[in-house]
Amino acid sequence: MIGRALIEDFPILQQKIGDAPLVYLDSAASSQKPRAVIEAISRYYEHDHANVHRGVHTLGSRATEAYEGAREKVRRFIHARRASEIVFTRGTTASLNLIAKTYGEAKLGPGDEIVLTPNEHHANLLPWQRLARQTGARLVFVEPSPEGILDETRLTQAISPRTKIVALAHVSNVLGTIQPIQAAAARVHEVGGVIVIDGAQSVPHMPYDVQALDIDFLAFSGHKMLGPTGIGVLYGKYELLKDMEPYELGGEMIDTVSLHEATWRDPPWRFEAGTPPIAEAVGLAAAIDYLEGLGMNEVEAHVLRLTESATRALGEIPGVTIYGPRAGRHAVLTFNIGSIHAHDTATVFDSMGIAVRAGHHCAQPLMKRLGVNSTVRASFYVYNDMQDVEALVAGVHHVKEFFGDVFG
Amino acid sequence: MSLDDLYRQVILDHAQHPRARGVLSGDDVRAIDLKNPTCGDHITLYVRIQDGKVQDIRFTGEGCSISQASASMMADMLKGQNIEAAERVKDIFLKMIQGHDLVESEEETLGDAVALKGVAQFPARIKCATLAWKALEQGITDHSS
Repeated sequence: MIGRALIEDFPILQQKIGDAPLVYLDSAASSQKPRAVIEAISRYYEHDHANVHRGVHTLGSRATEAYEGAREKVRRFIHARRASEIVFTRGTTASLNLIAKTYGEAKLGPGDEIVLTPNEHHANLLPWQRLARQTGARLVFVEPSPEGILDETRLTQAISPRTKIVALAHVSNVLGTIQPIQAAAARVHEVGGVIVIDGAQSVPHMPYDVQALDIDFLAFSGHKMLGPTGIGVLYGKYELLKDMEPYELGGEMIDTVSLHEATWRDPPWRFEAGTPPIAEAVGLAAAIDYLEGLGMNEVEAHVLRLTESATRALGEIPGVTIYGPRAGRHAVLTFNIGSIHAHDTATVFDSMGIAVRAGHHCAQPLMKRLGVNSTVRASFYVYNDMQDVEALVAGVHHVKEFFGDVFG
Repeated sequence: MSLDDLYRQVILDHAQHPRARGVLSGDDVRAIDLKNPTCGDHITLYVRIQDGKVQDIRFTGEGCSISQASASMMADMLKGQNIEAAERVKDIFLKMIQGHDLVESEEETLGDAVALKGVAQFPARIKCATLAWKALEQGITDHSS
């Protein structure tokens, strides 16, 4: 069932770009939404909308129930111990900033260390850069292999008694490599620090168990997992969240307020000031239902298979440079064709209906290490199939033909 | 809009063999760095302005064929022009890229760069074509201030 047949469920994927059927290979940037998600959001607005946690009226209760129901659904999806460990945010970026600003500013001081890799997405680099500047802490970068794989021993050895935070992307948004986060978690806990996982590219693609992985904080986005934009999740262990200061202040997050003082509610609401993204939470819950209907084991196997086929097929075409490993890639395939600029490739692809990402993928330090300014990235998800891999291969041949004489 | 309208032969030619690539130095040279942060393209444009004239113009940097061709055509065309004429060419170019029709005399003024007209139909690529010209704009402003 998984694969091309799902296109029935995704209205947007049924269109043509010019004369060519759309081949959507940019899900790592943002996935498309099944009708079930779109309809859940419409239904919510047509029947149940009001503000949450306030009104005593019927709609207020329905909205609250829907919103808190979504929280429970996310809890189950990532196997958190309790729903109060699930904070709704604007997305991965907001979640990571929240941790750096609250937990980070409270816990870090001069000489403390934050361990990360040079391959992180800007969202998992810049908040730590600022935190280090503000607190006098130091960023420690663990060197991955040229293919982007972190050696487990090297990673655990980089964690010292001064390490307060290890911040890692579980899966790289450029190289598709998966990192040994369990070993890092075990080691950082020995020295009394915490592990922060950027799960933007992993949570949408695999069964997740934050307790088994022993993750302290996990950040991910709804829109990369068939859900709407504008909602993301910060998972945090309750014993950490309960001691953290709020990030934003305002309505809904308070216990009592006087003119000169206020006290905060318990997590997760302490971190959700103002009216939250209620409809978006409803949409995310519908996305989780949809993914669970497919089965996350099947989702993972399907996407791994497609990525591997595409990597093999492109690897056989003369002139194609593939960045990162040839096998075991999760969802993303990053490449260039000869000396043809990624934007020129993407424009030719677009003329064939193929949507890919071209650019630096918000990972400029990594691009520099790869020795390029920009690359093409094709990424796969549940609605893609071997036909899309074939379209990509045809696209590469067409680009070579079109620019062949010039850039060969 | 077909690909051939975007990637005209003259554009590919300039992209493959860019004119005026290189560095200028000296007190009378202005160097302008500009980036397109969304894609990573960057240019350093060197302009030597003397006696109200663009005496020499060079560029370095990296980018797609459209940005490289555009920089090359611009440099080719503006070397030796006086500042007012250079500004006029720049204004006409930016007008064309934004999708406005040009009159015949304006098209003649642009020379080879008219080939970039098709870019207007590819909104995602407009910034590629304007990068060098925005650098020039800044160079002229710096000079006059």
